[in-house]
Amino acid sequence: MSDSMTIKVDYLARVEGEGGLVVRVRDGRVREVSLNIFEPLRFFEALLRGRRFIEAPDITARICGICPIAYQMSSAQAMEQACGVTVDGQLRAFRRLIYCGEWIESHALHVYLLHAPDFLGYENALQMAKDHGDAFQRGLQLKKVGNEIVAVLGGREIHPVNVRVGGFYRVPAKQELAPLAEKLEWARDAALETVRWVATFPFPDFEQDYEFVALRHPDEYPVNEGRLVSNKGLDIAVGDYDDQFAEEHVRRSNALHSARKGGGAYLVGPLARYSLNFNRLTPAAQEAARSAGLGPVCSNPFKGIIVRSVEILYACEEALRIIEAYEPPERPFVDVRPRAGMGYGCTEAPRGALYHRYRIDEEGVIRDARIVPPTSQNQRTVEEDLRRFVPLHLDLPREELTRRCEQAVRNYDPCISCATHFLKVTVEKE
Amino acid sequence: MMALVAEPKRKPKLAVWKFASCDGCQLSLLDCEDELLAVAGAVEIAYFMEASRSVVKGPYDLSLVEGSITTPHDAERIREVRRVSRHLVTIGACATAGGIQALRNFKDVNDFIAMVYAVPQYIDTLVQSTPVSANVPVDYELQGCPINKKQLLEVIGAFLFGRRPVVPPHSVCIECKTRGTVCVMVAHGTPCLGPVTHAGCNALCPAYHRGCYGCYGPKETPNTASLSRWFGGLGMGEDDIARAFRTFNAWTEPFRKESTAHER
Repeated sequence: MSDSMTIKVDYLARVEGEGGLVVRVRDGRVREVSLNIFEPLRFFEALLRGRRFIEAPDITARICGICPIAYQMSSAQAMEQACGVTVDGQLRAFRRLIYCGEWIESHALHVYLLHAPDFLGYENALQMAKDHGDAFQRGLQLKKVGNEIVAVLGGREIHPVNVRVGGFYRVPAKQELAPLAEKLEWARDAALETVRWVATFPFPDFEQDYEFVALRHPDEYPVNEGRLVSNKGLDIAVGDYDDQFAEEHVRRSNALHSARKGGGAYLVGPLARYSLNFNRLTPAAQEAARSAGLGPVCSNPFKGIIVRSVEILYACEEALRIIEAYEPPERPFVDVRPRAGMGYGCTEAPRGALYHRYRIDEEGVIRDARIVPPTSQNQRTVEEDLRRFVPLHLDLPREELTRRCEQAVRNYDPCISCATHFLKVTVEKE
Repeated sequence: MMALVAEPKRKPKLAVWKFASCDGCQLSLLDCEDELLAVAGAVEIAYFMEASRSVVKGPYDLSLVEGSITTPHDAERIREVRRVSRHLVTIGACATAGGIQALRNFKDVNDFIAMVYAVPQYIDTLVQSTPVSANVPVDYELQGCPINKKQLLEVIGAFLFGRRPVVPPHSVCIECKTRGTVCVMVAHGTPCLGPVTHAGCNALCPAYHRGCYGCYGPKETPNTASLSRWFGGLGMGEDDIARAFRTFNAWTEPFRKESTAHER
């Protein structure tokens, strides 16, 4: 293979949204790596101005059809903070439950339909299904269980209607959750099988020295709350996010790139959550991870597919625990009266920390909004991965190297729809 | 309508296109967990970037289009999609009505750009977010934010067999009556867009004890003015009435007129 080339993917497949990739190599050195985001702009932060604070969960859900719960949770909690209200007890548990559903649905979609074909050498999951029919069906059924949790609690899988500032519009009776518990017991076994299956995939040696950033909570695997911490000294309250992180607007991208102020690229998402919170996983999830060959820290982004599978297992167990302990609260929501102020919300979307900040006035009208999705936080890290990955594999034929580059991008399950406010893969040959 | 199956031996080619959107409506197809293999058996999935890196060249028998038209490049691209498609069906509120991003149509888009992006000259965008039908002729529009996946299967099936899709055009109110949900507006005084909103969600919100917020867009001939008077009677201010009509289907004619009538 020539030591000068350009790898170019005009339109990345099997990611959410529109983006491409360019990698330029000259004399065996990577000269340029860029993820290009051509997903059109939708201006959510601007169109939120002038809306009522209670509208934020329904409006921001429309940023992403794959992880609407994440948007609903981050925005609702930001508004509650602005108004000095805390949602706890069963309502808090119920929020965690619907979020578990979204993790299962989103992770199963990525593991089985979007990423596994890369490891097994297929163009898509339907092609993979011809040779791996049982696995494909298991993936679909896992995804379906996640979707059913979201649909029972939220009304429907995509853009659920039941989440509100202060809690929910309606909470179910205990018996309504019983059918979910049965399906979750199947899903727990299927998740364990998923961990075993993906552990057999071929992984390149590609351990990296990342700064992992994720929420950390005193006694739970992080979902809805915690402090933002890293393996390199960060430990802040969510409200201090803007002091530590900045977004930058670069020409080739309709997404804004994030970086640590005074630092550089960092990584959010399953790898970060896992590596910062391994000891908060259930014993069964920890055991499954160890059996799959993972330690308490995972620094190989290609093994993100194993970590996602471990998180599916965790989410199934956690959902079962919540359902077993569930007692319907007296009221489905707590009253939230607006007051002038700032509110900050950060929750763990399937792809990583999702930060919202709002300023509202005394009438509850939104005056300013800022939303930082996980994919824009990871974009710089994705590029750095490629900058290190490509030189190791210049001996590969270009078509094969292009595939591997795409796979390296898909390690992050990038959601371009979210990050646009985000993605394009080109590898050019000179 | 002509059946898609022109030659009995060839499977019809299905393409899924994305413009400005959240990906949720095309995800609806992947969310048909129990029917996905059957669909893949009945059609050749020829272009679907969210699901596959392989691309089969057009022309395509059925194109499903998600998203609204918001950039000069996309305005060109939708013409190309129309050119290579025998049938073009819009899926969801963005493609059918312009989506939530059409809220820019009521403002100066340059103000919007400056609010989000530090270097506005990098941004290439149109002044308005428009539905596909404002750019090219469409064969069918499936409403909803998001669409109902069963209705999506119905639409695909209908086009496969060359018949009209069976998608009821009545209001959400009829769905409440059918499922036996007590009217939230009559019984609880909760403002509800159900009387003017197209059916398809199976009256979800009232079943969850909230008023319909109109995510399926206007039904045929909605009496929005009458509903606004009811809203006023329930104590809603003009600003809130305008906001109610100005969400995911804000740029449809009936909702646009009604919201503008209450704008101050």
